Amino acid sequence: MATTTTTLSTFEDALDSLGVDCTRTTVEAFATTLDGIVRDPAVGVPLPFNIEYPESVAVDPTAADLERAATGVTPASLGVANYGSVLLPSTADGTEPVSLYPELHVPVVRASDVVPGLPEAIDHFGEVAGDRAESTIVATGPSATADMGALVLGAHGPETVHVVMLDE
Amino acid sequence: MSNSTDTDDKAAEIRRLMATEGSAIEENTKGFNEKRKQAVTGLENYEELRTRAREIKEDAIDRLPELIEDLRASIEENGGHLYLADDAADANRYVREVVAEENADRVVKSKSMTTEELDVNDALEADGIDVVETDLGEWVVQLADETPSHLIAPAIHRSRESIADLFAETFDPEDPPETADELTGFARERLGELIRDADVGMTGANFVTADTGTMALVTSEGNARKCAVTPDTHIAVAGVEKVVPSTDDLSPFLELLARSGTGQDLTAYVSLLTPPVDSPTLDFDDDETPLSERDSDREFHLVLVDNGRMAMREDDQLRETLYCIRCGQCSNSCANFQHVGGHGFGGETYSGGIGTGWEAGVEGLDTAAEFNDLCTGCSRCVNGCPTKIDIPWINTVVRDRVNRGEAPEGTDFLVEGLTPDEEPGGLDIDKRLFGNFETLAKLGSATAPVSNWLADTAPARWALERVAGVDTRRDLPEFERETLVDWFDRRASTVPDPTREVVLYPDVYTNHVQVERGKAAVRALEALGVSVRVPSVPSSGRAPLSQGMIATAEDHAHDVYGRLAEHIDAGRDVVVIEPSDLAMFDREYERFLPEASVERLQAHSYEIMEYVYGLLENGADAAALRGGDEAVAYHAHCQQRTLGLDAHTVTVLEDLGYDVVTSDVECCGMAGSFGYKSDYYDLSMDVGDDLAEQFTATDTRDREVVASGTSCLEQLDALLSRRPTHPIQLVAPR
Repeated sequence: MATTTTTLSTFEDALDSLGVDCTRTTVEAFATTLDGIVRDPAVGVPLPFNIEYPESVAVDPTAADLERAATGVTPASLGVANYGSVLLPSTADGTEPVSLYPELHVPVVRASDVVPGLPEAIDHFGEVAGDRAESTIVATGPSATADMGALVLGAHGPETVHVVMLDE
Repeated sequence: MSNSTDTDDKAAEIRRLMATEGSAIEENTKGFNEKRKQAVTGLENYEELRTRAREIKEDAIDRLPELIEDLRASIEENGGHLYLADDAADANRYVREVVAEENADRVVKSKSMTTEELDVNDALEADGIDVVETDLGEWVVQLADETPSHLIAPAIHRSRESIADLFAETFDPEDPPETADELTGFARERLGELIRDADVGMTGANFVTADTGTMALVTSEGNARKCAVTPDTHIAVAGVEKVVPSTDDLSPFLELLARSGTGQDLTAYVSLLTPPVDSPTLDFDDDETPLSERDSDREFHLVLVDNGRMAMREDDQLRETLYCIRCGQCSNSCANFQHVGGHGFGGETYSGGIGTGWEAGVEGLDTAAEFNDLCTGCSRCVNGCPTKIDIPWINTVVRDRVNRGEAPEGTDFLVEGLTPDEEPGGLDIDKRLFGNFETLAKLGSATAPVSNWLADTAPARWALERVAGVDTRRDLPEFERETLVDWFDRRASTVPDPTREVVLYPDVYTNHVQVERGKAAVRALEALGVSVRVPSVPSSGRAPLSQGMIATAEDHAHDVYGRLAEHIDAGRDVVVIEPSDLAMFDREYERFLPEASVERLQAHSYEIMEYVYGLLENGADAAALRGGDEAVAYHAHCQQRTLGLDAHTVTVLEDLGYDVVTSDVECCGMAGSFGYKSDYYDLSMDVGDDLAEQFTATDTRDREVVASGTSCLEQLDALLSRRPTHPIQLVAPR
């Protein structure tokens, strides 16, 4: 997949307007970068990228660890540039609950996996949904509600999202 | 028929809702509506997406039985279960069985209008199950034992303060939450505990794809995600109309849904679940097993609900309702909804303009009849509907069926009687009166001014209110003795070498009541070098249509076309003063006339100021009109705006030197006969107040008021001390 610089800057702009921080990093600097982002206690799902987690993140946590965690780090299979969305696959090692329960969610997406728009992302999803019955969440910014009389970030899901974009 | 007790009850209920829920509803719906307009403006391929969404829905509903079988195969291959429920009782029985099999004590739910329709909570609670709504708005409604007041924002009728009071009363907390942040935190904590130990999670589904068995859930709070994966058993409940062929079909809907509803580009979460999902089962007391080593032994049931939908699919008029994706746009953009909300403008479950179609199909005509009159047919919802549903038409069809008091698709009636309509004997007197306004107007002009004196006497007004529900607080139209057609017949044409020939359509009001604006139109057109004719042509059928008298309206369409066709063939343009009549030609006549006829009529019909604009653009001399540097406040007509014809008036006025400020309210509140009816007088005036406020602000209060629609002019006359005029009267030479 060839992701252009325009697509990446569109992605960064969209995240910015959602109030989502985005830190771009390399394989080598990943652990240090992540260490500076997570709030303790932090848990993480094993990442399908060639990187190492820092000590501060408990990888493959128990459900009890998850309930205590302030940060959840998960892979994102794709980024959607124009909306600032990330796709969170419902993996057997728990990307869905780890991205959902802690107050801070840190999705890790490869820069090369950012696509321009939603139709491209849904195309990719359609293939894996058909072949492997996969599920995914298109997550755009933190969870939110306006039901209590004003917009509040952090309803049932995370209050803050911080995207880590990885150059491989 | 109208009787004074019914009217008192209905009017009182509307007043109560306006007083108690009106301000919260108004603030929220208007906010959504404004954000929607901005959001769709920013979407480059908005119209393309609407067209695509419409095509997908038409195809899906057409092939529905086949798609349901494909979906069944996909879901079963994935390891889930599909149950096709005939009706609410059948769906509830299945849900109760699944819940009983799981030995469940608690079911946690995310927001689903379809489960509201089924009353599934009541069914489960009767079995002793603790049912908890986890969407914050829906939880508020559950705690207060109310019903949702909006398709997507169930507690939109409640202010922050009233939610704070509700929490304080219900839970008596030590430190009562007050701010939106505190209220949200309080709810999250309580609901989090309840979700944690729940046995079954229940969600709706916005779309379900037949090819993969994937459901799309569009949410913001994250509770639907929690309900779907925290308990091991997930039951999704959706109407059969939610099935689309493929995952390829999802993106147009997803790009349109949030924008059309709340004006967001996308909601925070779109769950694309192909259940049973691979996520590990969650036991938060488990401090031993890493998530990757826990099993993902999950149960999934999709309950697809018919409950009248398959019959709607067979119904040529109601079928379109099934294309609805429940965005709430038709509620947010509706002036009446903005003032009363879904508790007034709604039935058992569904609310707003499209609510009529849903309630008629799912519950029956009686329920739809309770609120159907609140749709005035203004068409402000039409251009914003993401699947291009003709929502006013659905309301008209339901009104027609209610009038006939019988099952859909009945045989045509032909009743000979005092009223020259095509309607059944049981029709309400008020509807028959307003629907036959043309007959009344003819009689009124023939006997004017005596008719005006008589009609305005106290006993006559009392009788009109008692018998026909005409509110005594309204001024009645004053009929002119000499109609526009008669006036025109007596004068000779004054244009020697005309550039164009025009047939000025003498709509009922212009012909019998607002004759002066008709004369002004003739003078303006002639001054611009156009030869004018004003033949006698029947009324467009707008009046009977607005009362749900479709057969009568259709008769008018045939007669009007018959009278105009020869003029069009002779190269004459049809110019219309009243926007609601032009809207008939442009929209509803498509349902009454052969395609070639309606296309011919549409291609040669113009709104008066649109026509003046065209003449000036093509070289006519603007100096022939009355220019000025006066400051005017202009209110365009609702249907004129739907047709995109308001800008022409503004441009003409500005080009002639006027300083123009335009209103931006959805509706004046009058809407033809609506504001005359005692049931709706207060609502009509409340809606009108928005316009009055705009035209009495510091920079507008001294401006001359002009408006394009007959109803708008009458309403403005009632609302303001200044007398409003039609723009053509402003610019026509005297």
